[in-house]
Amino acid sequence: MFDTSIKLALTLSQIGAVMGVVLLTVAILTLLERKVLSWMQDRMGPMEVGPYGVLQPVADGLKLFFKEDIIPAGANKIMFSLAPILVLVPALIGFAVIPFGPNWTIDVMGVEFKPFVISDINIGVLYILAFASIGAYGVILGGWASNSKYSLLGGLRSAAQLISYELNVGLAIVGVLLLAGSLSLVEITEAQAGGFWNWFAFDPLPFPQFIAFVIFLIASVAETNRLPFDLPEAESELVAGFFTEYSGMRFAFFFMAEYANMILVSCMSTVLFFGGWHAPLPFLQAPGMFAWVTGIFWFTAKVYFFLFLFFWIRATLPRLRYDQLMRFGWKVLLPIALGNIVVTSVLAYFFPN
Amino acid sequence: MATFVFLYFAAVIVMAASLVVIVRNPIYSALSLLVMFFHVAGLYVTLHAEFLAAIQIIVYAGAILVLYLFVVMLLNVKQEESFNRQGPVALFLGVVLLTEAVLLTVSRGFTVGTPAPGREGAAVGNTESIGELLYSTYLFPFEIASLILLVAMIGAVILSKKGIMESQ
Repeated sequence: MFDTSIKLALTLSQIGAVMGVVLLTVAILTLLERKVLSWMQDRMGPMEVGPYGVLQPVADGLKLFFKEDIIPAGANKIMFSLAPILVLVPALIGFAVIPFGPNWTIDVMGVEFKPFVISDINIGVLYILAFASIGAYGVILGGWASNSKYSLLGGLRSAAQLISYELNVGLAIVGVLLLAGSLSLVEITEAQAGGFWNWFAFDPLPFPQFIAFVIFLIASVAETNRLPFDLPEAESELVAGFFTEYSGMRFAFFFMAEYANMILVSCMSTVLFFGGWHAPLPFLQAPGMFAWVTGIFWFTAKVYFFLFLFFWIRATLPRLRYDQLMRFGWKVLLPIALGNIVVTSVLAYFFPN
Repeated sequence: MATFVFLYFAAVIVMAASLVVIVRNPIYSALSLLVMFFHVAGLYVTLHAEFLAAIQIIVYAGAILVLYLFVVMLLNVKQEESFNRQGPVALFLGVVLLTEAVLLTVSRGFTVGTPAPGREGAAVGNTESIGELLYSTYLFPFEIASLILLVAMIGAVILSKKGIMESQ
């Protein structure tokens, strides 16, 4: 009983810490996105709240919190309230299996405890994919329950898009799973130890997964509804797509879910293709006791690089048309992903590690 | 504790499954189906079949049910459009199935057969053991299933290309 309660307390505090960091990152990202976009477009971005506008997320949060919560006439009230939760919870729940530091096990009063991953389950990758697919329900239901044409169109577009691109995410990962021989994110990271030439994106033998990484990146941009794949919320066509009718905290939930999904996808790219917590060169990794400092540092740096990539892509590319989106997903990405699996498995058979 | 968890999952599964049929609004039925899939996945987790649980959610909840919802919304089915004329047929089939279930339960008693011994204690995880079984013991059924899926895929392609081929 004593063991169980210690275990519970440790896990709860760990969940609290991870969720705190994730939500804080979401707040930072809302500012960072506007700043990065502004700099790329030769503007200043938000400058009014605090020095250089750094307190903008606080002001935004307060504004959204005190806004009137409007449920449109004729909307399905239960589904309308349920949809934002169904979007946010799957986005946050995926962080449970992300290892963000060395795979250590410490002993706290007779209880084994892994400080840098909430739960190292042996189907970690599938767990994330499963909950990522649940996020689609919130979008579809939100679009349907709003009783508005634009919302419904956004919801339907999103359903088709998510189904098409989920497949590509799954297939792009298969190559990595073949090389690592495990579905646990901790074991996948540990298989990439020692220098950037061992990361699955670059590892020359049996086959570098860089193509798979590009497919994963494109498909996950589409999964997170970001430009150039933001058709479910295309503001020049559908007002704001599936969340047109939402306001106040419910709107904020959709907003937070989008950013949380971006962080989750960046964490996945880091863990699956770019070595997770491992440093790019062996001598950049602190030895012994302080390995966790460099581990967390490299993990964060890689994740922020991918988040920057999201903003960069948004500032560079125009939105695809709907038929282009479908053709690209099914006729370009899918065959390449399948080809990658065939080549990887054949080469992995001839050059086993 | 295990029995309690099982009873919870079983009760919710039965309730959600009945709601799928009872509820008039097709969106609500699809959502009760979603609840049911989740609880079936939960049941798999209690049986230490995590792989099956994840696949259950990815395939059924993540892909198939989303397609259902998509179609239901696209057709915009109204609540009133239910299939009322199927009443007598449904009643007949229901009575037959119920009688069968009751007879079977009575004849066998309420004892449950002992389940086949699991591979507990084996060092490999259940992903590995499923893979091994699928490609050794159950290779033949696996190949047949893939052939059926291939035929279904070709059929779908031909059906969707029918109009185009005739016009040429």
